[in-house]
Amino acid sequence: MMISLLMAGLMLSGAFAWYRESKKEDSARGIVLLALIAAAIVFIFHIMNSEHDFSNLIIITQHAWIDIFNIEYALALDNLSIMLLLLTFLLALVALLISWREIRHRKGFYYFNLMATITGIIGVFTAVDMFLFFFFWEVMLLPMTALIAIWGHENRHFAAIKFFIFTQVSSLLMLVALISMAYLHQQQTGRLSFFYPDWLALTLPATTGYYLMLGFFIAFAVKLPSFPVHSWLPDAHTQAPTAGSVLLAGVLLKTGAYGLIRFVITLFPQASIEFSPIAAMLGLVSILYGAKMAFAQTDFKRLVAYSSISHMGFVMLALFSFNHNAYNGAVITLLAHGLSSAALFALAGMIYARVHSRDLADMGGFWRSAPLMGGFTLAFVAAAFGLPSLANFIGEFLSLVGSYQRFPVITIFAALGIIGSAVYGMMLFQSAFQGPVKNTFIDLSIREIIISSSLLTALLVIGLYPNLVLQFSFKGVM
Amino acid sequence: MLLTLLPFYPLVSFLLLISLKKRLSWSQASVLSVGSMLICAVSSFILFFSLASSEQSVITSHLWQWFSLTAEALPPTSLMAASTVNFAFYLDELSAVMICVVSGVGFLIHLFAAIYMRDDENFNRFMAYMNLFIVAMLILVLADNLVLLYLGWEGVGLCSFLLIGFWYQEKANVLAARKAFIITRIGDTSMAIGLFLLFNSLGSLNIQEIGSLATQQWTIEGEQAYWACLLLLGGAVGKSAQLPLQTWLPDAMAGPTPVSALIHAATMVTAGVYLIARMNALFVLSPEVMTYVAWVGASTLLLAGFAALAQSDIKRILAYSTMSQIGYMMLALGAGAWSAGVFHLMTHAFFKALLFLTAGVIIYALHHQQNIFKMGGLLKKIPFESGLFIIGLICLMAIPGTSGFFSKEAIIGQLWSSPTAGTSLWWCAIFGALLTSIYSCRLFFIAFLGSGCSEVQSGKSLKHSFDNHSDVSQHTLLRSSLVVLALLSLVGGFFTLDFTGVFSTADNGNMSNQVSLAEPLWLHTVAIATPFVGIAFSWFYFKNYRITNDKVNPPEPSSLNAITRFCQSGLGFDWLYSTLIVNPFVFIAQLNRRDIVDQTLMTSAWYVTLWRDVLSFSQNGLLRWYAAAFAFGLVMFIGAWLL
Repeated sequence: MMISLLMAGLMLSGAFAWYRESKKEDSARGIVLLALIAAAIVFIFHIMNSEHDFSNLIIITQHAWIDIFNIEYALALDNLSIMLLLLTFLLALVALLISWREIRHRKGFYYFNLMATITGIIGVFTAVDMFLFFFFWEVMLLPMTALIAIWGHENRHFAAIKFFIFTQVSSLLMLVALISMAYLHQQQTGRLSFFYPDWLALTLPATTGYYLMLGFFIAFAVKLPSFPVHSWLPDAHTQAPTAGSVLLAGVLLKTGAYGLIRFVITLFPQASIEFSPIAAMLGLVSILYGAKMAFAQTDFKRLVAYSSISHMGFVMLALFSFNHNAYNGAVITLLAHGLSSAALFALAGMIYARVHSRDLADMGGFWRSAPLMGGFTLAFVAAAFGLPSLANFIGEFLSLVGSYQRFPVITIFAALGIIGSAVYGMMLFQSAFQGPVKNTFIDLSIREIIISSSLLTALLVIGLYPNLVLQFSFKGVM
Repeated sequence: MLLTLLPFYPLVSFLLLISLKKRLSWSQASVLSVGSMLICAVSSFILFFSLASSEQSVITSHLWQWFSLTAEALPPTSLMAASTVNFAFYLDELSAVMICVVSGVGFLIHLFAAIYMRDDENFNRFMAYMNLFIVAMLILVLADNLVLLYLGWEGVGLCSFLLIGFWYQEKANVLAARKAFIITRIGDTSMAIGLFLLFNSLGSLNIQEIGSLATQQWTIEGEQAYWACLLLLGGAVGKSAQLPLQTWLPDAMAGPTPVSALIHAATMVTAGVYLIARMNALFVLSPEVMTYVAWVGASTLLLAGFAALAQSDIKRILAYSTMSQIGYMMLALGAGAWSAGVFHLMTHAFFKALLFLTAGVIIYALHHQQNIFKMGGLLKKIPFESGLFIIGLICLMAIPGTSGFFSKEAIIGQLWSSPTAGTSLWWCAIFGALLTSIYSCRLFFIAFLGSGCSEVQSGKSLKHSFDNHSDVSQHTLLRSSLVVLALLSLVGGFFTLDFTGVFSTADNGNMSNQVSLAEPLWLHTVAIATPFVGIAFSWFYFKNYRITNDKVNPPEPSSLNAITRFCQSGLGFDWLYSTLIVNPFVFIAQLNRRDIVDQTLMTSAWYVTLWRDVLSFSQNGLLRWYAAAFAFGLVMFIGAWLL
């Protein structure tokens, strides 16, 4: 029940903020900030005081919704979704703080959209009725498209439409797979069902299972994104407002990985194992292709966007290795990438606010005037290329150690991604902060220091003491 | 307790320096950073002696569990289901020597740097990086498992990157930093793959456990041992600037001189040597890779020797010399002369730090002139610094009595009869020693003898250049750190290092094999005589550098012959790599900057737009168009029906 209330509360506070903004300038952001902090605190308290340990999926709400089709309003939580929800809350706060001064027009509607996206994401991470899941999947998509289309950069309409079409086409496949599953359930038990635990009990015929798995897989692979269907991401990231990029990279991509874990691998274990060499190859190609593309970019945000593709390749490879270490590695990578890429996008936004350019050719020697910003950028770039002691290293290391067991050759090639990330990471850092001084500007403000240091602290804590996360068992796969 | 805290002193200093930034004055910052290093050095010595005197041969310290790995699909004999990777330190004779070198030499260089760099506007940042480097280096040395070692390994790489690019506004420094980082990263990746292999076949990443498990489970000359050792060797050659990943080191001289002394001579570049010595139990299982190690060392030391002969930049000469001395260490490791290799590591740290720091003083005195052809006659003008430099050089040449002599002799002496090295490598080492003495003499004759050039300041004004803004005591501190290093270089050979606990199995394994090859009697005589032959040769060959009274004209690049130019470029490896790897990669990346996959997908969008245009054109609302289309369609329809 609590999660539903939270979602309703966030949605309403977004609407209320929109309304208040029309009455009084700059009142929306305060309302939204309070609502988010309150929601995060309530959520954490609720989890702490819960009698469950959430090592298995615990159904927390279940009501009939659309009776004719046996569609229910059902939410559940387990350690994986709790972890991702915590990441969502943190990044939502970061996104909000970033928007604090950046957004200058239609503020009320902006914050409403932000809250709607966050609500949708929370729904996606908790829904266990598949129709409800699909509903939230769309809820999160629409306001995000609006964020890109209205508050984005110069080429925003194109990027928004591209983003929308890619996601929409792929979720159509998921919808087909979803309805087929429901009918399959009816065939076997005589009752239509969209309820996830019901589906777990199904025994699937091999071929049908394989095709249904593919339907889900493609939808989530687009969202992840994986190699051949990644190309919406660079445009969407580059054109989105900073907060949009933070949410996109930090959380939205994770819904793809979450879907892979929760639905593809868990519902279709046999088909997934059959499919795993292809998926691992796709992961490998994403890693190398993403790294190579990142190296070729001259746009700060586009570079970080391609690096995300590379990092998500590690997740894909790890998930389809069916190994305990690799699975833990994938979960850590999800969190770590959420934090580090969000941080890099945030920094891109901070630089953009100062020099009004994302082009690396316009940058250089920033260290002189903004050493603090340089230090943070270096730290986040170091996180991205997997410097040990920061969270991403743990993720990559565990992923590769695990996947080596099943795919030694692919893993060896995937390890080349470690070199690739160093190449583009150093290029990014050096062309912005080193070299001849091209611009001077003021260093980070207090608000920006709070954003950067909280993200860095989270990365350091997970990097040095990953048991904080790993102590929970994530029984998605095993 | 002492052990646990060791890396934390410089860490605290680093954090304070970074967070307080320019709020600290020069003296506060230097007391903080140098003081933390002093504590570190003293603790290291206490640890070293307590280890030597106590019964137990190992001190361990467990901080916290980092993460744990589940070992799956292991042979059922192995009982370990979960293997933990800890933040834990492991101190034995080997790591004890290493921490003494790192923190001892580190302390002296910090002291030097605090005065040498005091006028730099980013002094605090510099000292912070130096402290961070020491933290990472200590972790690397003390790590009890390979993942923690990898943490230190990457950490020193990052600090090296930061310090090479310390003067970040120069494009050349930035590129040198990037090159160093990426090339070492290639080695690191090989090492990481080695870790994956080790864990998946042994189920542990703890160094001691790997050693014992591998000895139990793997056969000598087995496939697994071969690959594991080869991959670790890949990491070592990257960090230690050995063939084929050596090209970054000469460019790394772009950093401030104390950095070159600390990171690129005394400590970080020897990390590869340390890694192989640390994993000796693994390497003895693969004699084939041991031979590779020896050959890597031998070819690097020859290559670097030739390259050093042709350089004109004093720091680049020293860089190539470092490379070749590390080649000796590698050669020793490959021959199974573990103790000798580590011994040379220690003595080299002393005399090469001395050489670099003295070179730094000289460069400073000559207004940042690094070209040796623009120096000359320095012996008369700055006798004190020249004297120190001579001490460094004779150690480098391994003149009997100096520390370099003892350690190099120890290496060369074991090569001939080693099963994994042999006579040809012995000759390489001798020839390398000859090259060493020739390039050292060349450097000495050109820069210190002959007549100087006009821009050289006299010794007095050198003093003034330090005394201008500081009191004499600082100058004394600077000099005292140099003198201590010089003393260490001279007497360092008399330190006896006892590695029986670490290398016992390894050394014995070699002893049992070495029966057949009898050593000829002239072996040691040749080895001792070689540096003198080199000196005698140079005495005549570089005669005009030595005695000419006119200013020596630096050779024009065009006047050099092809071989000299080839040597000067480090035997063409930079050219080779940029043609074979870097340029094609950049070319392909640039070619596909627009993302071919995206463009393919976007053609579908183009088709949709095309059809939209065609169809919307047909819906133009003009009656005559519709009528014409109708008539045309009717004609077509009737025509089709009729035919």
